[in-house]
Formats: sequence, structure tokens, C-alpha cells
Amino acid sequence: MYRYDNYDHQMLEDRIAQFRDQTARFLKGELAPTEFLPLRLQNGLYIQRLAPMLRIAVPYGMLSSTQLRKLAYISEYYDKGYGHFTTRQNIQFNWPALEDVPDILAHLAEVEMHAIQTSGNCIRNTSTDQFAGSAVDEIADSRPYCEIIRQWSTFHPEFAYLPRKFKIAVCGTSDDQAATQVHDIGLFIVRNEAGELGFRVLVGGGLGRTPVIGKAIREFLPEHELLTYLDAILRVYNREGRRDNKYKARIKILVKETGVDAFREKVEKEWQSLKGGPLRLTETEIERCKGFFHDPDYKTLPATSAALGEALARDVLFASWYQQNVDAHKRPGYAIVTICLKATGVAPGDVTTAQMNFIAELADRYSFNELRVSHEQNVILADVEQDALYEMWKALQSNQLSAANLGLLTDIICCPGGDFCALANAKSIPIAESIQRRFDNPQTLRDIGQVSVNISGCMNACGHHHVGNIGILGVDKKGAEFYQISLGGSAENTTSLGQIVGPSFAQDEVPDVIEKIINVYKRRREGEERFIDTFNRLGMAPFKEEVYGKTN
Amino acid sequence: MEKLIKNRSIVEDPWLLLKEVSEMSEIADKAAVPLIVPLAFWQENRQALKQRPGKTAVWLQSDELPASLGEDLHSFGLIALNFPVFSDGRVYSSARELRSNFMFKGELRAIGDVLRDQLFYMARCGFDAFALREDQNIDTALAAFDDFRDGYQVSVDKPEPLFRRREHVL
Ligand code: HEM
Ligand code: SF4
Repeated sequence: MYRYDNYDHQMLEDRIAQFRDQTARFLKGELAPTEFLPLRLQNGLYIQRLAPMLRIAVPYGMLSSTQLRKLAYISEYYDKGYGHFTTRQNIQFNWPALEDVPDILAHLAEVEMHAIQTSGNCIRNTSTDQFAGSAVDEIADSRPYCEIIRQWSTFHPEFAYLPRKFKIAVCGTSDDQAATQVHDIGLFIVRNEAGELGFRVLVGGGLGRTPVIGKAIREFLPEHELLTYLDAILRVYNREGRRDNKYKARIKILVKETGVDAFREKVEKEWQSLKGGPLRLTETEIERCKGFFHDPDYKTLPATSAALGEALARDVLFASWYQQNVDAHKRPGYAIVTICLKATGVAPGDVTTAQMNFIAELADRYSFNELRVSHEQNVILADVEQDALYEMWKALQSNQLSAANLGLLTDIICCPGGDFCALANAKSIPIAESIQRRFDNPQTLRDIGQVSVNISGCMNACGHHHVGNIGILGVDKKGAEFYQISLGGSAENTTSLGQIVGPSFAQDEVPDVIEKIINVYKRRREGEERFIDTFNRLGMAPFKEEVYGKTN
Repeated sequence: MEKLIKNRSIVEDPWLLLKEVSEMSEIADKAAVPLIVPLAFWQENRQALKQRPGKTAVWLQSDELPASLGEDLHSFGLIALNFPVFSDGRVYSSARELRSNFMFKGELRAIGDVLRDQLFYMARCGFDAFALREDQNIDTALAAFDDFRDGYQVSVDKPEPLFRRREHVL
């Protein structure tokens, strides 16, 4: 994992001092609210329905056990005993007091964490695959590049006041798990014919009210030119992105209005003056960053574990958790474990103080003191010995963390919605719960198999509803909370945007509608088809008919 | 004369900023006064302005590109860039472009909604003069230039990114 040196520490200290001063001036009335706004946003601080909300960056989803313990401490002393993992691999606290925030930031700095640029019209936290470094299908570990991007984007003096927020994702695996195609910039690590490493660059993806899948503007960007090219894209966007209308300010709109070819030309032109310049990455820097992500001290183990085999034969509950929540690891004898934070009745992505401390303990005991957060709002222990899985699962069970529903219908992505968010049209957490209650039977769930249900409380799409196989969007219908349902979205390699089924539904109708949709799938699926495959084959008609009844 | 921050000191500003001017006759009584005029006015009255006894500088709105100054760019001792609102980030790119692409060496002045909390980034992008908004405390604002002791990026004040300088340290 990346470790700060004296420069990084100094940068963070200076930032805290700066924000402490800004907060003090704001509280004294010397800094107008409109002028304080972008400053606090760029320090992760929103003012929400109930209290301020502090969003803390988890750079590309990586956390050490020490950092998680610090988050647990903050949740206990400055919040109400829990935190919320977000779809951007960050963590949010819903109840801190404004005047405590500089102190919270000082606590975070002790463990090399911060809330910098987790909000506001700037370059946000870079996200990536939660299995990076341990995945079986990796072209290269994405994390060194994410760290390089993190440093470049942190306090970038030219790009702190962009037209709108800006999100970058990096994918280093052949199966994209980071929703890379719906980011402002999506970078796919590739090798060219000569075997050199580089990036395929997508630009102009995004969700929100106008969802767009990113378009390729470069098939191969040499590794060393990563930052010069990003600088060029950002400069074109900063100059030309629309500032007259907040809803048209994302880069996706600029790319659309300019045309992707013309946009590419602008970037290439800008790049000419940057390429090969001082911002070109040096071999030393790439190696330095890679050095932080070398393999941990893996043991040499047999490919299959006898202890695991026995446990699987003995304990069906364990076997079903294993089947669902454990993934293959690049090293023999190891496994990747996902702790699914989607137990019924708990807001998706929420963890309590005790659970955070417990997960930190598990990371120390079983996974080289590290863990990751996924954009599906789950927690991953990426380097667990197969021999230890049973014991670990037992421990998870006694801490209400053994939900065996990873990737299944109840592993719902869900934004905070109307319960917390001031922008919401409708609540989203109770919808997630009502669906989880309806599909409470593990056997039924496994029979339905892989399907993603994503819920957002408004068209800002924080819950990724556009790319859910089943997407649920809260809408306002004459002052009442209604839900619009879409089908066919996907955030995988074949990313697609969902299509709306039809008129929206009242809250209590939603579980019925989902059940009807699932029933069509169950009746019509062929062979090993997943929900999305069946939908793609059949199209919308049979689902629509089931939901609304036959129309002539 | 107005006060101004230049090269991190407070100085008297010898220049007169004309936010709006459309006819040469409006400046007839200011023949010897150094003036900062809008881009469009410069473009229309280029020859006449060049013949004034007083110096002339130009200011650009946030949506006006430095490239529109063309060949004239290097004839200016001062170029001012206007922030219509402090959050208009285009101006930062214009500043960097002037310094890094066009190698502009004269005074680069921030005007308009120029506030204490943006000075640090402005300076990194190449501004060396700051006409703060009226309500700002110019004395305390000077501290802003030390908000951070270093930065990661390539910038006008630090042409080498931190990763290249880190190498020197190792
Ligand atoms: C509660 C306070 C929050 C507020 C006020 C808020 C606000 C917004 C807004 C306004 C947008 C739309 C941006 C645009 O279309 O340009 C957005 C998008 C988004 N937010 Fe949030 N959000 C909040 C919480 C969250 C949470 C908790 C998550 C994660 C669970 C999240 C993740 C996202 C994502 C993934 C997007 C879509 C990104 C895209 O458009 O490309 N946000 N948010
Ligand atoms: S999708 Fe809407 S309701 Fe949900 S968190 Fe985002 S802004 Fe709030």
C-alpha cells in the first residue's frame, strides 16, 4: 500500500491548517457562505438534510487496518456509531459538527487519510478494481497508476474550479469491475503489439441526469505520457466545458456537443505542448509507485486446500457463502473474500463502529493488514489463505457480516436517498429493504442468480441506477414519492444503459413489480443465462407485458 | 492610487483599469496615463493606442483566449485576466497558457473577483499581480501565498513536478 513520505505529510498538514483558518473565518462571518462553499466542498463537507456530511477519500478503495480503526474511532466520537461506504469507494459520515471537522481531518492525517477533493467541481478520488493486485485476469496492477493520478490531481492549481466534478477510473483487469466506462475519463491498461504497457483512453462517460458511455479517444497512450495526456484533456475541458448550465457542465456534454473526433483533435493539439515535457513520467517514479504495491509475503501453498474441502463438504451454509462471496486468487492456496454489507434491514454500505474494528481485526489476522472497498459498497479482504476461510467465516457470522448474497438480487447498490440527502425526490433505503425482505430466501436468491439492482433517490444517479440490470429511480409525482424502473443496464465490459419499463410505481408496489420481472426471467431463461442475458435476448416486451398487463 | 499585491508585496498601482470603454475620445484626457483596456477596444483601436504617449495594457474576459492577442502579445508589459466570479476556472488555464505556451514574461495580473483563498493557486498558474476585490483585507491576504509549502504538479512557479524533484532527494 502507498505510504506517505515527508512531502505528502507536509502537503496534508498545510491543507489542514488552511481549512482550519477558512472554517474559523467562516464562523466569524469574514468569509461569505457562497465563498466558503467550494472550499468546504473540496474538503469533503456537504451541508445535508440533518447535519453536515463529511466524505472521506479512500484512494482507489485501499485501506489499511490502521486506517479503518481510525474511521471506527471517528464514527464513535464524532458521529453516531456508523459510517457509509459509497459507490465511489469512499466513506461518508452523516453527523459530524462543522466545528469538529478540522479536528477530524487532523485525526485522518495521522493515518495518511483526508477528505480532499471528495466533492466540488474538481478532480475526485480515482477509482479502480477492488481486486487489483490479486485478480487472476490482470494485465497490470492499476494501483500504482491510481496513486500517480492521485498526486497529480491533488491540489492541481489549474483544475480546482472546473465546470463540474470530474471522475477518473482505471481498469487493469480483463473483466472491468470499476464501471470504468461511465467515468469522465476511463483508462484501460493495455499492451500494444510490441508488448509495451499503456492505456486505452475513454472520455465523456458519466451518469447523472444524462447518462453516457465513454468514447475512446486514444487506443494506446504510452504509460509514461499518462499525466501529460490527462493534463491536456483537463485543459480542454476546463476552457471549453459549459459553465452556463450546471446540468450541461460535465465533460460528457462537451464531448457530445463538440463531437468526439473534434474533441480528440483539440486534446491532441494541446498535448503537443505537454508531451515529452517535465510531466512525462520517469521510470524512477513508476518504479517507486509500483514498489508500494508489490506482492505481500505470500506463502507457498498447494493450489487446493484440504481443510477448505472438508469444511465445504461439512457445512452447507459455509458452502453457499463460499460459492457466492469468495473469488479466485492469482496465487495458489489464496482466495479473495468479499464481505457483503447488504444484510437485510441494514442500509446498503453501512458499517457500525464495532464492525469496522472487527473488520480491521480480520484484515490483520487474515489479509496482510489491508482491505478494499468496492463500488458495489462492499468490503474486500483480497489475500486470504484458503485454509483460514472457514474460521474467518465463523467470525463473520458472529458479527452479522456473513451475508452470502454477493452479486445476487439483494446485493443492492443504493444511495442515501430521502432519509439523508437534501436533493432526493424519494427515499431509497426503505425500497432496498422492501426488496430484500421480499426475496429473503437464500435458495430462491441463488436460483435467480446474478442480477444487479441499483437504486437512486433522484436523477443524480449516485446509486448507479442507469447501469443496474434492474434500475430504480425515485421520482416526484405531484409531491408523492414514486419509482421509475429500468431494465438492461450493466456496468461490466459490455456496459449498457437501462431502458425505462413504463410509468412509475408507488413505494409499496415496487417489490411486486420486481417479483414480476424476475418471474419472467425464471420462466423464459435458457440454460445458464443470467438475468441480463435473458433480457438482452428477449428485449423489453415480455417484461413490460407482465408488469402492466397486456395492451393491444 | 489603488493598492495591489505584486510579487508578494503591497504596492501602489500606477495603472488605470478601464472595465468599459468604447470610443477613443473617452480617453482623450488620459494621454499619459497607463491604461488597461478591454480586448475588443484594443483590437479596434490598435494603431491609435500604440501611438499614445502613455502605456497601454489589455485585459481579457474569462472566455477570451490569450491566442486572440496574436502577434501583439509580447508587446504588452502587462496583461490582466478577469475573474467575473472567483469560481470561473477558465482563467487559470489562460494564465498557464500565457506563461507556459506563449512564454509571456510581463506582469500577469488577476482582476475582478479576486479573493484571498484563491491566491495560492493563481500564483502557481503564473499570476504575479493581484488586484483584490475591494472588501478583501490586503494585508492579511499576503499570508495566502504560503498556504502550501510545495505542490505535486508542474506549474509556472515550479517547472519540475514533485516526482522529478523527489528523485533528487533520494
Ligand atoms: C448525500 C449527499 C450527496 C449529494 C448532495 C450528492 C450529489 C450528487 C449530484 C448533484 C450528482 C450529479 C452530478 C452530475 O450529474 O453532474 C451526483 C452524482 C453521483 N454521486 Fe452523489 N451525492 C451525494 C451522495 C452520494 C453518495 C452517498 C454516493 C455513493 C453511494 C454518491 C455517488 C455518486 C455517483 C456515483 C454519482 C454519479 C457520477 C456520475 O454522474 O458520473 N453520491 N451526486
Ligand atoms: S441520487 Fe439523489 S437522492 Fe441519492 S444521494 Fe444522490 S443526490 Fe441524493
